[in-house]
Amino acid sequence: MQILIAITVICIFLSLAVDQKITIEGITRGLKMFFDLLPSLLTVLALVSVFLYLVPDETIILLLGSKSGAMGIAIAAMVGSIALIPAFIAFPIAKILMVKGVSYPVVAVFITTLIMVGVLTLPIEIKYFGKKAALMRNGLSFFGALIVGLLIGIFL
Amino acid sequence: MIGKNHLKAYFWTILFAIFIIGSLALSFDPGLKIYANFSEFFLEMITFLPLMFLLVGLFDVWIPKEKIEKHIGHGSGIGGTLWVILLATLQAGPLYGAFPVAYILSQKGASVRNIFIYLGVFSAMKIPMLTFEIGFLGLKFSILRTLFSLPIFITIGFIMERYLDKDYKVTT
Repeated sequence: MQILIAITVICIFLSLAVDQKITIEGITRGLKMFFDLLPSLLTVLALVSVFLYLVPDETIILLLGSKSGAMGIAIAAMVGSIALIPAFIAFPIAKILMVKGVSYPVVAVFITTLIMVGVLTLPIEIKYFGKKAALMRNGLSFFGALIVGLLIGIFL
Repeated sequence: MIGKNHLKAYFWTILFAIFIIGSLALSFDPGLKIYANFSEFFLEMITFLPLMFLLVGLFDVWIPKEKIEKHIGHGSGIGGTLWVILLATLQAGPLYGAFPVAYILSQKGASVRNIFIYLGVFSAMKIPMLTFEIGFLGLKFSILRTLFSLPIFITIGFIMERYLDKDYKVTT
């Protein structure tokens, strides 16, 4: 985070030093894009907040921990695809799952679907990429995540 | 300067805000918990995304299209893919932060394949996230997951390129 702030400040100063007018143009463009995205982003974040309240961490651990084998992988893929959990929460959850004896493939499928597939952020993704591309990317990533899980199961 | 369109766009946000203010006033417990979740996400988003967009805006005005086209555009080959992978691993933040970057790369002429490889690598192989993953899940798990993921992202890139229109562009 600090790095990003530093890079942004340095870039803005460098840019200002070279050309003020172009810099202001760039900043305006960036901010405009941000404010265009803001309403849909806030809606998604509100949705996710409600979702996480209805499905708390303990429920996720319970869901994934109770079953193993193909059923466990199916549940992991579904939970991972729908849930929008930031990495700093997801990895501790995955760690708890591992300690509880949940198999590596299940944890891997959970993590990979979580970071690659975003059902709740789909409205934002469609805004940028169009329906076809967004659905394709999520669908392909879903199967990709299953493959990663299976490979991890073979090697770990 | 709040027009009808603004109100419409923020409809759900306003509804949510009313719900939260009501919950705070009445100490409605589910509402308070939802608010706690929301403020956590909101803080993550608001500290990070405006900076990202400032960089995207500067990138837009300074980097000429020809440069991007030449390095990661059509026919840039394996070198282009390596550039995109390097760019994506050096970033941080949630996946929705990668969308504006994908947009600007696409507008500047990056190929469809490289756009989607970028998104994949961003989602699963960012170095800041990897360090975190290694800390929790161990080196072996993290490295295997990364190694297996990369070819899948490259494959997804090729498939997307095959099935999307030739002149496909990311928009806003």
